[in-house]
Amino acid sequence: MKKKIKVALIGNPNVGKTSVFNALTGLNHKIGNYPGITVDKKSGVAKLDDEVNATIIDLPGTYSINASSEDERIVLDLLFDPTNEDYPDVAIVVADIENLKRNLLLFTQVKELGFPTVLAINMADHMEEKGISIKIAELEKKLNTKIVLISAKKKLGIQELKQAVLDYKNFSIEPCLNATAVDTEFFSKLALTFSNLSVFKLWMIYSQDIKIGNIGKKEIEAKGIHLSENEIKKLQHKKTIKRYQFINDALKETYSRDVNKASDIRTKVDRILTHKVYGYLIFFFIMMLVFQAIFEWSSIPMDWIDEQFANLSTWVHEVMEPGKLTDLIADGIVPGIGGVMPFIPQIAILFMFISILEETGYMSRVVFLMDKLMRPFGLSGKSVVPLISGNACAIPAIMSARNIENPKERLITILVTPFTTCSARIPVYIIIIALVIPDTRIFGFLSIQGLTLTLFYLIGFLAALVSSWALSKYIKSERKSYFVIEMPNYRTPIIKNVVVNMYEKTKAFVVGAGKIIFVLSIIIWFLGAHGPGERFENAEQHITEVYQDKEVSEEELSEHIASYKLENSYIGILGKTIEPVIKPLGYDWKVGIAVLSSFVGREIFVGVLGTIYNVGSGDENDEDGRIKQKMAAEIWPDTGQPVFTLASGVSLMFFYAFAMQCTATVAIVRRETKSWKWTIYQLVFMTVLAYVAALIAYQLLK
Amino acid sequence: MQYKLNLNKVSTTLDLLKRNEKGVIADFDMHKVPLKLLEMGCLPGNAVELLEVAPLGDPIYLCINDTHLSIRKELAREIQVELVG
Repeated sequence: MKKKIKVALIGNPNVGKTSVFNALTGLNHKIGNYPGITVDKKSGVAKLDDEVNATIIDLPGTYSINASSEDERIVLDLLFDPTNEDYPDVAIVVADIENLKRNLLLFTQVKELGFPTVLAINMADHMEEKGISIKIAELEKKLNTKIVLISAKKKLGIQELKQAVLDYKNFSIEPCLNATAVDTEFFSKLALTFSNLSVFKLWMIYSQDIKIGNIGKKEIEAKGIHLSENEIKKLQHKKTIKRYQFINDALKETYSRDVNKASDIRTKVDRILTHKVYGYLIFFFIMMLVFQAIFEWSSIPMDWIDEQFANLSTWVHEVMEPGKLTDLIADGIVPGIGGVMPFIPQIAILFMFISILEETGYMSRVVFLMDKLMRPFGLSGKSVVPLISGNACAIPAIMSARNIENPKERLITILVTPFTTCSARIPVYIIIIALVIPDTRIFGFLSIQGLTLTLFYLIGFLAALVSSWALSKYIKSERKSYFVIEMPNYRTPIIKNVVVNMYEKTKAFVVGAGKIIFVLSIIIWFLGAHGPGERFENAEQHITEVYQDKEVSEEELSEHIASYKLENSYIGILGKTIEPVIKPLGYDWKVGIAVLSSFVGREIFVGVLGTIYNVGSGDENDEDGRIKQKMAAEIWPDTGQPVFTLASGVSLMFFYAFAMQCTATVAIVRRETKSWKWTIYQLVFMTVLAYVAALIAYQLLK
Repeated sequence: MQYKLNLNKVSTTLDLLKRNEKGVIADFDMHKVPLKLLEMGCLPGNAVELLEVAPLGDPIYLCINDTHLSIRKELAREIQVELVG
């Protein structure tokens, strides 16, 4: 039996912590959730030697133990909860050779918590070119710890790091400085309240309002400790200054940097990327490239995946015995899952770009460029990242809002991000545009269909901006706003990090969406294939009687039977019930069912229509064409007019542009805002807006 | 942490620095400056240089104590600096 220890990987953002994690664990990653919150918890296994394995827990990047954002709160919560299954035996603090001074602040805090702590100084391969020299042995003595120089990118020092971790029982767990000296009287009083905890832990419980076991702020106050908010803040400031004094002293004789060697490439690149003309041009160009890639590069793999699912459906019909189970799999589950899988390439490409933009350090420059533009709308420059990611999928986008410190800006960003045109809207737009917008060109080259699609992207983005502006007037901010963002140095992206990130995010999407669609397609199929009472049971007999004098082919007859059955199935009855509500928008009950089901996820619209129109039985290889033809052939039974016209098509697109049709997003908003109130407001507001916009569009164009 | 201002030096606030101007952080009202900024190295006595101003005049891009960061002018206004050189 191998011995297993737990190691927490802690560090500032932008120090290459992810690369260290990847270098230590290879690809043995496990993504889980922290209890109660949706932050991805990444852990992996590293083989330290023949006897010992280590579970490495990759914690979100943080500048300090004092949490000022949701991400940082996770680090705090884990390090203060000995009952947590991931509570570490050892901590590795990853630091960047160029920013050692700032990185050591976090190190002194982690060490003071009493963890055996290894300091891994990353990017050591750049020492020479940056003119940096370190006296390791002396610095180790001053910091009272083990230091390893590594380069995760070049896989240097990883073995030494593992060796160092193995030796953790011999580490000193004493703090490297006495930060309580800033107010000896207060801290000695604090130390007496609960003698089983260190004074630093007591201070963190008190100042951050957290709990260890059953000791919390209240319990400490009950023992006669009282400080006002301002006094707490003052002590925090003093302690920070004290820590930096210690760090400066420690580094004075051990760390030196030849200023003349400091590269000015960064300055030059910054000058261009943040330039008032080129800066925005380059940003615009990059965005164009991203969207181009999403639509152009992904079309081939998308078609391929689409075809595989169509083939799979046919194959199931051929191989399995005819019967209900076969129908369920071939007509319910396979087309349902197949409806969302073609988006994998698009989502993967988008995550690839976002990952590259973040790895290179460019994203911070975008935040810098956009901040002032976003502020009148109650947003921050940091809202740009979620708003861009929202064009792939609102779920990771909303999660990326986590590093916005200002609660008001963060809340608004979360509330408006679902307006951006996520990839699930694309199949709806594409099929409706193909149906109702003429395939002509203006000036011989501008396709009206293409313009319409672009227009709906703009509409989504504008809706996000206008509603944030309105929300910013309405939401009162309880905390004073501030904005601090690190501008990291430019780096060549590490391909492995990009690929791993892309894979993990895409997998999360596919598994998440797949599960819902799996269940829903079973339900829809069941409701469509069953009905109450005699009308459903006797459909075949009834239709055969009706058509017995008319000349219809076998195939036509079975289609008539199927559609009569559908009208009298559970889903048909449900559809007829909601028809009065959706008729003013120009939809018949079948479209209504598709719209209603889409509240689970927009991407299932086409699939549900497909199931309802009973396409599954026909020519499988041309499924898409058949759905489109079927849609074009749909008529209102009373007037004989087509269901899909310019008016009802545009109305549908407006509905999909605005409505909150995604249960996964609703769930994520709830978890990220921790508020049902805002989640429900958002759901109701978006849906009412969608209804009104669709109503106006239909009534005007009718 | 009141800091005595040396009257021989030119003192101003961080938001008024021009591009490539260098200074030393002198003092600020700790109620108006978030702890996070201090933790990133914005402390009295540390060197600061203004690297860029965003095209629309705000935010500003600084190098404080070897850390490159960006803050808004409303926050920079709260931080006093003494110009160097």
